[in-house]
Amino acid sequence: MSGGGVCTRQRQAVDGAATGAAVSRSDTGEKPEGAGQFQNPFPVLPCMLTAMTDFDSHFPPKNARTHEVCGPSALSFALALAGQLGGTAVWLREAWQGDQINPVGFAPYVDPQQLLLALAPSHLDLLASAEEALRSGSVTLVVMEITKPVGLTEGRRLQLASQHGNAMGLCILPQGMGSNAAQTRWRCSPVFDPDPNADSTLQNWEIIKNKSGTHAAWTVKWNAQTHRINVVSKTAQR
Amino acid sequence: MRKRIVSMWFPRLPSDRVLRARATNTANDNRPFVLTHHEKGTDRIYCLNPAAEAQGLHRGMGVSDARAYCPDLQSQPADIAADTRFLQMLARWSKRYCPWVGLDGRDGLMLNIAGSAHLFGGESAMLDDMRHRLVRAGLQGHVAAADTRGAAWALTHYGRAAHEDIGALPVAALRLDAKTDTALQRLGLRKISDLFALPRAAIARRFGPEVMLRLDQVMGAQEEAITPLREAPHYGVRLTLPDPVGLSADVMAGTERLLTRLCEKLKERDMGARQLQLTLRRVDQGAQQVELRLAAPMRDAARILPLFERGIHAADAGYGIDQMRLEATQVEPLLNAQASNTPAERRDGLEDLITRLGNRIGLDNIRRFLPADSHIPERSFQIAPAAYSAPEGPWISARPRPLRLFPPEPIAATGPELPMKFRWRRMAFTTGRSTGPERIAPEWWLPDRAWQSGVRDYWHIETREGRRLWLFYTPQNPAWFVHGEFP
Repeated sequence: MSGGGVCTRQRQAVDGAATGAAVSRSDTGEKPEGAGQFQNPFPVLPCMLTAMTDFDSHFPPKNARTHEVCGPSALSFALALAGQLGGTAVWLREAWQGDQINPVGFAPYVDPQQLLLALAPSHLDLLASAEEALRSGSVTLVVMEITKPVGLTEGRRLQLASQHGNAMGLCILPQGMGSNAAQTRWRCSPVFDPDPNADSTLQNWEIIKNKSGTHAAWTVKWNAQTHRINVVSKTAQR
Repeated sequence: MRKRIVSMWFPRLPSDRVLRARATNTANDNRPFVLTHHEKGTDRIYCLNPAAEAQGLHRGMGVSDARAYCPDLQSQPADIAADTRFLQMLARWSKRYCPWVGLDGRDGLMLNIAGSAHLFGGESAMLDDMRHRLVRAGLQGHVAAADTRGAAWALTHYGRAAHEDIGALPVAALRLDAKTDTALQRLGLRKISDLFALPRAAIARRFGPEVMLRLDQVMGAQEEAITPLREAPHYGVRLTLPDPVGLSADVMAGTERLLTRLCEKLKERDMGARQLQLTLRRVDQGAQQVELRLAAPMRDAARILPLFERGIHAADAGYGIDQMRLEATQVEPLLNAQASNTPAERRDGLEDLITRLGNRIGLDNIRRFLPADSHIPERSFQIAPAAYSAPEGPWISARPRPLRLFPPEPIAATGPELPMKFRWRRMAFTTGRSTGPERIAPEWWLPDRAWQSGVRDYWHIETREGRRLWLFYTPQNPAWFVHGEFP
């Protein structure tokens, strides 16, 4: 990661003119020169260090691993991830669930043609199907909407299957049902923006478990032009 | 071996077919019934039952004329394709008597029963059995046996007694056209035996070679073949083992051999298997069946074999398996395709994955989204089984729609004004910003219980707590509901 290019893109994002760049960056750990006034509007507290971690190196999360996401906005995390990874994604859920994911709603995030929906009759079948799909190597992402806790053995098996098939697994969890075998766990929640002209997709994404790194949190929004998730700096919000 | 031909003629095949399918058969028996066919600019009688014939109706008569004769006439349009299928079905049924069965025109069958009559206790017993079964099936049929095809035809169509002399039949029994028949009768040649005495050359000069050819065919001087029906292709192979096997690796090896043979069969006819059934016969006469439903028609043994693994592992070998049978129970046309580069392979992998998942959770449970043309949120897309549909696009929506839709959940709010504070799923919310209303009217031409409450005014609510919800108000039955959630 080097100074100049990052710096230019960063200014655009901070000015609120979200154009061009795939993912703009708000805060970098290295502090490029000449961008000081945009870099750090907050006093550097120990807890704030996490916010400076580069979003790009965390999202999309590490490939060939199984990750977890929870919180009210977990669905948009999964869909944004599917859109960014490209390729076919398998969406597994249990057949009894009454609500539906709405393809008309998520079409801006990911083309519904790339999505296969699999309805499993039980939790066990869901995990077994997920393992099979991860292992096959013909999909890039397997999303599991789970309703029961995933044990250590199952979690590890999913991890091995994703490594074998070079595919990413993502469990959408009810709160507090994670498996210790997961690579990272994200918590996503929507944020209200009091500004009347504000974007209405503002969300808080935080990493609350990370096997190979630290925890971090970002405020992000969906960029409809570039079809990417952008990080919003605190200054841009004001 | 001397040929022996049985001719079956069904003079009222179309009307018998329709009448035997009706439930109240006995009540309708005595009522005149006709099948009509549009011909030469008007509906004409195509086939009729004996009761209608007794009223003086005949084939080719205009239906309106027939109604004038017989006011309580029942009629129905004829289905010629269904009649043909019915005759084919009768031909398959007749294979119980002999293997050599051919069609004879639109309403008859020809059977070569040489060598099989003794199985039914002789020829006359066999003919009696045929007549008995046809009557029981509600079909009027004439059955007769003779040494040649021509003679058998003549006996069924013109014969009155069981063993009538061919010479005594009228000349029309020679299968001549109407013009030749009339000309022969004008010359006073009424019976077939009248032709025997005449010089052949003179008849041939006057009427063409047709008459003598037909006469020779009836008498057996000229061969006439019966073209047997083609067997429907059978996609099944089996393997009998000298010693029982029990290891799944051995069963897989056997399956591989069967698959190779089956796939060659499929390839010969440009077909692909869609559903396979492997039957494992055990030494104790039990049988285990392994079913495989494929996501796409396939005939590549190397690709199908690994898909069988799971089913074979689950099968119980008991004391050992000594016979294996593999059958493609459902096939689809699959044309040869150019072997291509990576993107196609990727798709092949996906089809295999759909098959694997389908074998675990059911092939119909792997679905994909298809766009649908409707403003109703629940009906703006369709969910179809992925194995039987192709991806479709584009996906366009004029207004943002929620990511998740749930069955409408009522909230405690009254009045047409948007509630500033409300509770949903035991959480308290305060409305921060709202967009709307967007009125969506129900599709009255489709009955839908959920939309019985009338039009809906949808609001996109951003709550101060963060959640962005899709609320609607039904002005015709005042109430507020939450219907979906935005990102």
